[in-house]
Formats: sequence, C-alpha cells, structure tokens
Amino acid sequence: MSEPLLSIRGVSKYFGGVHALEDVSMDLKAGEVVALAGDNGAGKSTLIKAVSGVYKADRGEIRLDGTPISFESPQQARDRGIETIYQDLALADNLSIGANIFLGREPKRRAFGFLPVLDRALMADAAQETMRRLDFHVDRLEAPVSAFSGGQRQAVAIGRAIYWNAKVLIMDEPTAALGVPEQRKVLALVMALKEQGKGVIFISHNLGDIFAVADRIVVLRRGIKAGERVPAETTSDEIVRLMVGG
Amino acid sequence: MTALSSEAAPPPGRTFLSKVADLRAWLFLVILVIFFETWAQTVYGVTFVGNTYNLQSIGIFATAPLLLALGQTFVIISAGIDLSVGFTMGLAAVVSAHMANLGASHLGLPPFLSMLLGIVSGVAVAFVPGLVNGWLIARLRVPPFIGTLGMYGIARGAAYLIAGGMTVPVSNAWFAWIGNGRIAGVPILVIIAAVVVLIMHYMLSQTRFGQHTYAFGASRVAAVRSGINVGKLTMRIYLLAAVCAGLAGALYSGRFAAGAAQAGEPLLLSSIAAVVIGGASLFGGSGNIAGTVAGALVIAVIEYGLVFINVEPFWQFIAVGVVIIISVLVDQSQRKLLGGRVDE
Repeated sequence: MSEPLLSIRGVSKYFGGVHALEDVSMDLKAGEVVALAGDNGAGKSTLIKAVSGVYKADRGEIRLDGTPISFESPQQARDRGIETIYQDLALADNLSIGANIFLGREPKRRAFGFLPVLDRALMADAAQETMRRLDFHVDRLEAPVSAFSGGQRQAVAIGRAIYWNAKVLIMDEPTAALGVPEQRKVLALVMALKEQGKGVIFISHNLGDIFAVADRIVVLRRGIKAGERVPAETTSDEIVRLMVGG
Repeated sequence: MTALSSEAAPPPGRTFLSKVADLRAWLFLVILVIFFETWAQTVYGVTFVGNTYNLQSIGIFATAPLLLALGQTFVIISAGIDLSVGFTMGLAAVVSAHMANLGASHLGLPPFLSMLLGIVSGVAVAFVPGLVNGWLIARLRVPPFIGTLGMYGIARGAAYLIAGGMTVPVSNAWFAWIGNGRIAGVPILVIIAAVVVLIMHYMLSQTRFGQHTYAFGASRVAAVRSGINVGKLTMRIYLLAAVCAGLAGALYSGRFAAGAAQAGEPLLLSSIAAVVIGGASLFGGSGNIAGTVAGALVIAVIEYGLVFINVEPFWQFIAVGVVIIISVLVDQSQRKLLGGRVDE
C-alpha cells in the first residue's frame, strides 16, 4: 500500500461545548475518490473546513504527503495543493474561462516591448488545454462563463483548481443544483480527476452518485465516524443505517 | 466518459444582436447627430456637424462630465456608486484656484509654475474624499450609496468654506490657456480628456486592477476566494474616481478663470448617466471605457444640440432621461435574450 496523499488522524473540533467532530480519522490516496456521507449536521462541512484551512482542528493531526500541516487560511491550503470547490462555484460570471482560471494571478506580457498588458492569449491557451484535460471541448474561449451550463461551469471551477496543480480536490455537493444529464457529466469529471491521480473528497447527499464514483465511503454521524465501507461490499441500505444510526 | 461540448454557444444571429446592443451608445450618438443635422438643415439651412465651432464646443462641453464618468465607470463596474464626485470636483476647483493665486502672490512663482501648483493641489486634495470613501466602504463596510452620500455633504461644505461662499477668481494666462486654448484647432481640454481616456482604457482592460474590478463587481465571493485583496481594490477604485473628479475641478478653474464650489453639482447625474448609457449595469460587472466615452458624448450632443436648434433648454433633461431609460431597457432585454442573469 502506498503512502496516503492526505491522512487525517484523530481530528476533533469543538464549538463552545458542542463537539462538531470527535476523533475522526480517514485517508485519501492519490487517484482515489472518497465520498463523505452523513446527514445534515453530521460534521461533513466541519471536516472539510478543517482540511481546507477554514477551521483549525482542536485535536488531531492532518498530514499531506506525510508532512503535518496546519493552515492559517484557505489561501495557504490552496498554495499547498488543497482546493475546495464549493456549491456556489465562486466564478466571476462576466469573465472568460481563462480569466477565471487566472483570477488573482493573471499573466502579463509586454506590448510594443514596454507596456505591461494582460496576456489573454496565454490565458485562452491554458483554458483550452485545461478544459481538454477534463474532456471538455470549448471553442468560445472569449465567452463569459455565464454563457455555459451548470455542469460546464462546474468544469471551469475544477479546471481552475487543477491548472494550479491541486493534489486534493474537495467537492461540496457538486451535483446538487444540476439536472440529470449535467449530473452525469460532473461524475465523469470526477472520474477524469481520479485518472489523473488527484485525490478527491466528494460530499454528496445522493447515494446514487456516491456509489457511482467512490472508491470508499466514509460515513459521519453526529461528529463521529460511523463507519467506512467499500461500495462493492455494501448496500445503500447499510449506508443509510450508518448515517441515521440504529 | 461523456464529452462536454460548449452547446451553450449562442447562434451567430444572437451574437450579432448582442454586438449591436453593446454598441448602443454609439448608435444613439449617430442617431442624435443625424437628427440635429436634419433639423438644422431643414429649419435653419445650416450644418450642425460640419461646423468646427460646434464640434469644439461639444468636445469642451463633454470634458468635465466625461472625466467624472471615467472614474465612475470603475466604481459602477465594481457594483458601487460614487455620489461625491460632483462636490469633490468643486472642492478641487476651489483649492486649485486658491493655490494658483497663492503660488503667484506668496511664493512668487512664475505663471506656469503657479498653474502647475494649482492643478497638482486640486488633484491632491481629491485624495482625501477618495481615501475616506474607500476606507468607509472597504474597512467599515458602509454601503457605497451611504458612504459617498455622506462625503457629498462633507465635500460640499468644505468646498464652500474654503471658497468663503464665493467663487475664487484666478488670473493666470497659462491656466486660462489650458482651459480655453487650442492646438491645431483641438481644444486642450479635449486633448487632456483623450489622454485620460487612453490611460483609463488601459487600466480597465489591460491591468490586473481592471480585471479584478470586473470580477469583484460580478462576484465578491469569487474575488475573495481568488485571493484578491478586495479592501485594497475598493480603496483604489474610489481613489481613482476622486482623482478624476479632482482633475476635472482643476480644469474647471482654468476654463472659467475661477474656482466654484458648485462646479460639479449638475455633473453627478451626468456622470452616472454617461456610464449607464455606455452599457454598464448598476448591478456591477459590466461596462467599458469606450461605452462611457460614447455616453458622455450622447449627453453633450443632446445638451448642445438642443441649444443649437433653439429649443427650450429644459428639453435637455427630458431627452437625457429618455435615453437613460431606453439604454437600461436594451440592457435588460439583451440579458434575457442571452439567457444570462437578469437584474431584479
């Protein structure tokens, strides 16, 4: 067995007297999709926020490539290759795919040999190349992302993460606000990320989606890990039992 | 694996329509020029647009509202509004008039240097309302409408106090030349405005600052999550708007050989109108400098044209109002047509 990409060991998080997470451990290997399942308030969000630098764990240890990590901000987590794709995607709808990928770190070139200008050609090329890696063929590279559908916008948000060499992608309910055909496309994107050796933490309420893409399923209930299963060796009934208890 | 294609691409017809809609300010301008030309030819038997004096006058007329509108463009794209630009301009006009006089009388500077001192002081004093606006909006999270409305009052009071309740006359040949002179028939004010237009176009379309302004206006969350320092960005946007107003104020003193606190009072609405006619949405995220230039010219042509054809000047307000409303309606239907977000 290879060294896990991300290793979460005994992580606890308290808000006042309430324990949001209690002694949760899980591993994520490169090229692996781990689904986080659980009812509302089970601690899924707290766990991913502890990994992505939004919260600091009160106890426990998180290791990335074997090195213990402790982030002060989501920006630090991102710099180390942990990207979170929230449900709202946080895209600038009025800008192109390339401009979204490079938002905040736009490349420059010199026009007429002296005037620094945005390098739109480089951004467009990178956008095309990145989208191709996601099997997403786009010809209108200058179009604002508002012109694209929900699944395609999801691809743009993922593309932004992988362009900057994210190793771990955390996807929070990526299929939630989408129609069925679009949901399938997003699941295909998750499989593409897996093939490229990324580690994916996939949060979903939809057991169908979870069974379609996950290599392992971690179930949380009231802040504790209720169980961990391999899809081939379990059923949705068992997962639901773990989620609700009893 | 299913391939994703960009099936959302609108058909060419729609793209064409949206291009037309994007250029609507220029279309308005052409229609207005044709209208005034036809009227002038048929009623008075003279040309409107073929008259160099008319073109120079329209150019001069458009300069101050355009300068205010250029800064306002950045503010509106960032989903903000700056109500204080008019009195920031007045404050700058008064201060630049005072300082140009002071340079000559107390520092014994030659006229050219006194003029420079006046212009630099006018622009410099505008930093104060700009930075305070930015600080209120970025750090204290005061809504732009409220923060800049407060600054509207503060700048207004300060301008009248510094002016002593009167206009401040300046007698400086260089200053008057800047405000009224011509180079090869082109008013110097127009040349200055053109240079500022180019700089603003560059800043908005070719720099990270401009790109981040667009992103911030469309989605604050997107900007923050991308690691953009939105506080600093907001400060810079409102500072830029104030500096544009400061320059407009200093030039006003040159043009009228006097600084007046009320110099920019009627121009606030013109500046917002120019940006909106130019295709920007008050909800942020869209707009550009070329559109704003066209918007400012539309207003100047309406105002000057109605005087030229001898219509009662009050029609100006009605005409500008109608153009603003048409422009917003075109914007709304364009969004619907393209299936994009409709502002509600």
